[in-house]
Amino acid sequence: MATLTVPSAVPSVSEDCEQLRKAFAGWGTNENLIIDILGHRNAEQRNLIRKTYGETYGEDLLKALNKELTSDFERLVVLWTLDPAERDAHLANEATKRWTSSNQVLVEIACTRSANQLLHARQAYHARFKKSLEEDVAHHTTGDFRKLLLPLVSAYRYEGDEVNMSLAKTEAKLLHEKISDKAYSDDDVVRVFGTRSKAQINATLNHYKNEYGNDIIEDLEADPKDDFLALLRSTVKCLVYPEKYFEEVLRSAINKRGTDEGALTRVVSTRAEFDLKIIADEYQRRNSVPLTRAIVKDTHGDYEKMLLVLAGHEEA
Amino acid sequence: MRKGCSKLFCEDEHQFERWNHAVLTNLKAEFKRFKDVVVLSLMHPWERDARLLKKSLKKGHEQYNVIVEITCTRSSDQLLGARKAYHSLFDRSIEEDLASHIKGSERKLLVALVSAYRYEGPKVKEDNVRSEAKAFFNAIKNSDKRKVVEDDEVVRILTTRSKLHLKEVYEQYNKLSDKTIIEELEVDLLLKETVECLCTPQTYFTRVFGVALSGDANEDEKKALTRLVATQEGGEMKGVVAKFERRIEEKVKGAYKDVLVGVLAKDGK
Repeated sequence: MATLTVPSAVPSVSEDCEQLRKAFAGWGTNENLIIDILGHRNAEQRNLIRKTYGETYGEDLLKALNKELTSDFERLVVLWTLDPAERDAHLANEATKRWTSSNQVLVEIACTRSANQLLHARQAYHARFKKSLEEDVAHHTTGDFRKLLLPLVSAYRYEGDEVNMSLAKTEAKLLHEKISDKAYSDDDVVRVFGTRSKAQINATLNHYKNEYGNDIIEDLEADPKDDFLALLRSTVKCLVYPEKYFEEVLRSAINKRGTDEGALTRVVSTRAEFDLKIIADEYQRRNSVPLTRAIVKDTHGDYEKMLLVLAGHEEA
Repeated sequence: MRKGCSKLFCEDEHQFERWNHAVLTNLKAEFKRFKDVVVLSLMHPWERDARLLKKSLKKGHEQYNVIVEITCTRSSDQLLGARKAYHSLFDRSIEEDLASHIKGSERKLLVALVSAYRYEGPKVKEDNVRSEAKAFFNAIKNSDKRKVVEDDEVVRILTTRSKLHLKEVYEQYNKLSDKTIIEELEVDLLLKETVECLCTPQTYFTRVFGVALSGDANEDEKKALTRLVATQEGGEMKGVVAKFERRIEEKVKGAYKDVLVGVLAKDGK
């Protein structure tokens, strides 16, 4: 469930544009106005605002935001303003340019999105970067990482509930064998996680637990320093229980000394219009503290305000 | 009427005009060919491609070239459409079926080919073209130690780059070597066809047409012609068609010929 709230009586697009223009005008910026408008509009509305703003004032709204805002607040607002497909394309492109720790972002995008959402991200990637997502991922990764990431970002998974139970048995056995042999990047391991539907993988992992006693994640914790293994664990979590995955990312971002704003911004801006409510509930269950309270404690200023608005926090 | 068609029927000892078996077999084959090209032409291209892919997978190794043909000669959106149709028709994704039924180095190539959603715009990065032509060169040079299809870089390039980019890599390679990439890949048939379909589709179509219309084509080779005619929409095929008009006139007969000529005329002219 989304945490984004949109007022029942939404101002007209031209009014929104006018107000935003006013927010940028003169000395300084009226950040509250920006948060108030953009923080309460859905993707369709935001797209229309961007289009209209560009036509009316001859300037790209995103460029204006770039100019007027700074630091974490700017990044959050800009990322939020993009529509989900463009946002994913933007994040994925960034991730291909960074170090291996950003491989997790690629896994997150490839595995937590629906098949069509991932497809739209790939289309947005063509339009924005004049190349395909898979060619960038392939070009910028090597070895086992490429072997795993390429199928993940190229998949167009079947999304039905049809599950083949005997296949689940066979593949659970196969996974168990490979994992016991520490063949984590084996062709078949990659094949199962890279091509099977989420429902099928879920059935396979349930069977795995029933048959072999452990959650597959436990069996994938053999070496805490193994980056590939960590990526494989993220893959599994993203595919079968994304809310738990996101809760972990948030918890680690907030608990970390100094806060990982990058991760916090990414999760809130990408999930606010989808399932941030469920993630927040999971966060509260796991940490005995509402997500919004943790955000208040850990961040400040306009960045904090925008996060809270997106997380559905009503002004007290 | 039967008595009049002495070629088709023979006198049987039990005093009825019996079908000449050889003629009957031929007639069935010809009608089937006609039926096939009509059915293929009428079906929605996405369903058509999904069914063709499924069939090729079932038939096994000798039909993997059909998978290459489809994944490499369709546009990005057409291939995507086939993947969607496959979900609807078979309740699985094409990539999971390919991955679980094909083994070895060919699996990597074919699964990646079917999963590609290639950029189709005009932008090409020259640096990459140069370094990737070199990568091909190195892989081919070392082909006695390792098959080219097992070279990760070659597979990466062929399965992710845009077709325009690949055509430029193909051209660039000609500056590095006397032979073309296709000439070097005579042994790696599937890889050769991949390169042909992506970089020089005209040579692929010409070859398929030529073989199908030669005197001693086998069933699969003739079927390839039907498939191309029914599934390619003008574009790269235009030039090829003109070359074969006369041979089609000579070799092909009946209703099947009418359909062929009709479909080709629509695209070719």
